[in-house]
Amino acid sequence: MWTIIHKMGSPPWFFRFAGTLIRWLLPAVVLLLVVGAVWGLLYAPPDYKQGNSYRIIFIHVPAAVVALAGYYVMAIAGAMSLIWKIKMADTAMRAVAPVGAALTFVALVTGAIWGKPTWGTWWVWDARITSMLILLFLYLGVLALFEAYENKAVAAKACAVLSLVGTVNIPIIYKSVDWWYSLHQPASIKFTGQSAIDASMLYPLLLMILAFYSLFAVAVLLNMRADLLQQHRNSAWLKEQLLEGN
Amino acid sequence: MPELGTFLWTQCLRQIKSRVASPGEIANPLLFFLMVVALFPIGLGPDPDRLATLAPGILWVVALLSNLIVSGRLFAGDYEDGSLEQLALAPYPLALSALTEVLAHWLLSGVTLALVSPVFALLLNLPNGAIPTLVGSLVLGSLCLSLIGGIGAALTVGIRRGGLLLSLLIIPLYVPVLVFGTSAVVEAAAGGAPQIWLALLGAVAAGGLVVAPLAIGAGLRISLDN
Repeated sequence: MWTIIHKMGSPPWFFRFAGTLIRWLLPAVVLLLVVGAVWGLLYAPPDYKQGNSYRIIFIHVPAAVVALAGYYVMAIAGAMSLIWKIKMADTAMRAVAPVGAALTFVALVTGAIWGKPTWGTWWVWDARITSMLILLFLYLGVLALFEAYENKAVAAKACAVLSLVGTVNIPIIYKSVDWWYSLHQPASIKFTGQSAIDASMLYPLLLMILAFYSLFAVAVLLNMRADLLQQHRNSAWLKEQLLEGN
Repeated sequence: MPELGTFLWTQCLRQIKSRVASPGEIANPLLFFLMVVALFPIGLGPDPDRLATLAPGILWVVALLSNLIVSGRLFAGDYEDGSLEQLALAPYPLALSALTEVLAHWLLSGVTLALVSPVFALLLNLPNGAIPTLVGSLVLGSLCLSLIGGIGAALTVGIRRGGLLLSLLIIPLYVPVLVFGTSAVVEAAAGGAPQIWLALLGAVAAGGLVVAPLAIGAGLRISLDN
């Protein structure tokens, strides 16, 4: 266990490892996305109430799930970087932030598109929508803080502290917004019962969630490799590995 | 070498004195609060009933904004004159010395704002019964806001023109405090029991007092390394 963590801290080892991992994961992502999307969009039965418009769920829910998980991945990487001073954890944290922000944005936009035919409006200050919007703000805050520092090693540490504070806050934000909504807004609009989803829709949805998780992993690994390329552009080991075709 | 308690006490007094020495910095946020509150009736129309329903939200949002503005300067003075580095070198936990700074800041910005808020509540026609709750929620809430703002200020103190950046970092973190604060005042204005919301604000403040100093201390060390 410890040797793996130590190895992960080494940029040459990680660069090679990420390269191999991407080579295996990328075909899996494509396969999962194609199967999940075709199954969900073409073969799953239409909803009895919403007709075909519900099919955006196969993008919306996976994006939202992975966006939220991504924040925790970022915070865990930040904690690893602060506690063990692992440089690769810095790189990981920095790589997660834009991907997570993009997924949160996708979840919000698909939600708005779904809301128009279903609720008759693009935007509602529903509890869950509001928490997702705040999650987007949290991601953007980390990105903005990272950009503001000249010294990127310091920037990574500052972002690590910020993302950890955000992690403590996310459950509180989620609960507070939930109570605010339940007290102040008429509960006329509700998400369609997601626990009561039929198996014919559930399986493609699970497949798409898996696809989005692997897509997230591939995007983060690619991002990390790009970062390593830039940081170590003058190193001998990088040249060697590139010549080997990693 | 003085004991930790004595040291923190002198720190706190020093912070309060240095802030009282420039009364403008205490008065300006209050003036900002007054002016922004005055914008709402001008923008929304003077209908007293509508203002009364909007008053809790307006008062809380404006209090939050004026807190946001002063948070940017929380550690700036000590950073510029080098006392922050001395505090970091001192054999006392930086988290605790930073906490004295936050508390002094809270006493002179948050608590004063809470104390004058009844005047602003009258301007917006908030029901009189809700005024004690407004003051109480602002006292507790501004402690939460100052602690959260302190984290942002610690992370951005070394950055030139960090003011706008600070807002981007901490506005999302302010959300629960805003929800609990406005809900308390709305509840009181409707004649209900605001105690639950005040208790939640107290919980955030208590949790913040434990967690925020650690983050502030870490943030200050990062900023000093820069």
